[in-house]
Amino acid sequence: MHRDPMLKESPSQTAGPYVHIGCLPNLCGIDGVYPEDLGARMYADGVRGQKITVRGRILDGTGSVVRDALVEVWQADAEGRMPGGDPRGPADPAFAGFVRRAADPETGDWTFDTVKPGRVPWPDGRLQAPHATLWIVARGINLGLHTRMYFADEDAANDTDPVLARIEHRGRVATLLAQPEGPDAYRFDIRLQGPDETVFFDV
Amino acid sequence: MGDGTFFARDRGRHPPALTPDYRTSVTRAPARAPISFPPSLSEETGPVFGHDLLGPLDADLIRNFARPGHSAIGPRIFVHGRVLDETGRGVPGALIEVWQANAGGRYRHKKEGYLAPLDPDFGGCGRTISGADGSYAFRTVQPGPYPWPNGGNDWRPAHIHFSIFGSGFAQRLITQMYFEGDPMIPLCPIVRTVPTAEGIDSLTARLDMANTLPMDMRAYRFDLVLRGRRQTLFETRPEGG
Ligand SMILES: [Fe+3]
Repeated sequence: MHRDPMLKESPSQTAGPYVHIGCLPNLCGIDGVYPEDLGARMYADGVRGQKITVRGRILDGTGSVVRDALVEVWQADAEGRMPGGDPRGPADPAFAGFVRRAADPETGDWTFDTVKPGRVPWPDGRLQAPHATLWIVARGINLGLHTRMYFADEDAANDTDPVLARIEHRGRVATLLAQPEGPDAYRFDIRLQGPDETVFFDV
Repeated sequence: MGDGTFFARDRGRHPPALTPDYRTSVTRAPARAPISFPPSLSEETGPVFGHDLLGPLDADLIRNFARPGHSAIGPRIFVHGRVLDETGRGVPGALIEVWQANAGGRYRHKKEGYLAPLDPDFGGCGRTISGADGSYAFRTVQPGPYPWPNGGNDWRPAHIHFSIFGSGFAQRLITQMYFEGDPMIPLCPIVRTVPTAEGIDSLTARLDMANTLPMDMRAYRFDLVLRGRRQTLFETRPEGG
């Protein structure tokens, strides 16, 4: 039996310029309330897989860097298991799957350390290409933006990925590819508008 | 848990990306429609936060930043309600983070420039996790309205920011709670990004005299609704799951 919706989702409102107070209080100088900000570390010692660092910036429609954004990352472990209740079995216990980061208030740069994700199944059993889900909020963003980061060095997997296959304008696929920049390092810039606007998803 | 996929989001329920009366959206709104796909395990799962995350004062903004023996200045209130999903079921284990200005309308943030004073005993953040039936509560002081640079003489109505994690990352939501009877609500360009009057009403907490603590604090009731999951064929258990 399906149960139909009877209530309506609460409407979104912008996170505003002071989102750090609630989501990263230690980062913005509100010390002593929480011992540590939520989502501080993607993994603990002993994590399995290839450790990588991702760096990026978020750019607005004028090409200016967005300095007040908050980004959350949610991804599979190195074997493609999701922390937080994968029906196929538990993920790497040393892997959280979640981090939360703020853009630097001066430079707009943001960065996180993780492991390269494994492949997560699509509902029909095919395997998706390695990816991380990113969720972006900031002043001026009325509804949090979902996107995905894939890896430019995973051509074969990317070519058969069911989500990337939905992008009719093939030139836009490149907006979702993190580019290698040195060993175990990637760059992933997000453009909110313009000719190279990042693909965002309605998930 | 991936125990059923989410109903498609009713995007007409939410503000559109481009809302020119809220000026910052003009350069930050994606111009292209988002591309839809059916949720996979990547979206049906989400981080799980246990009650061991919480300190004893996390849900008490009156005291969690205050010096010993002090408390935050302002009208004492407690805010409570339930986190529900679109099928009407309570959402247990939902992490709720809140942030707000102090009673004078001033945030504790280096980018804040409003002339109202800081309260040395108020930090402005709090968090809690919903119980088995989706219920939650926290204590705070009622925030003040504040002016903001948007081009004219714009003021935010008194509000509390809410960030909510449901059971899947597709449910991730940030919104704001307003206070019943505030004449500033319909004037605010950010409130007015919400496309329907009913949607704005759903973000407006109700004064709840029945739950007021006599001689202590007034209560406001605020329910939140997250996206619901389509139940699988085998999951036919009755209400209360
Ligand atoms: Fe605010």
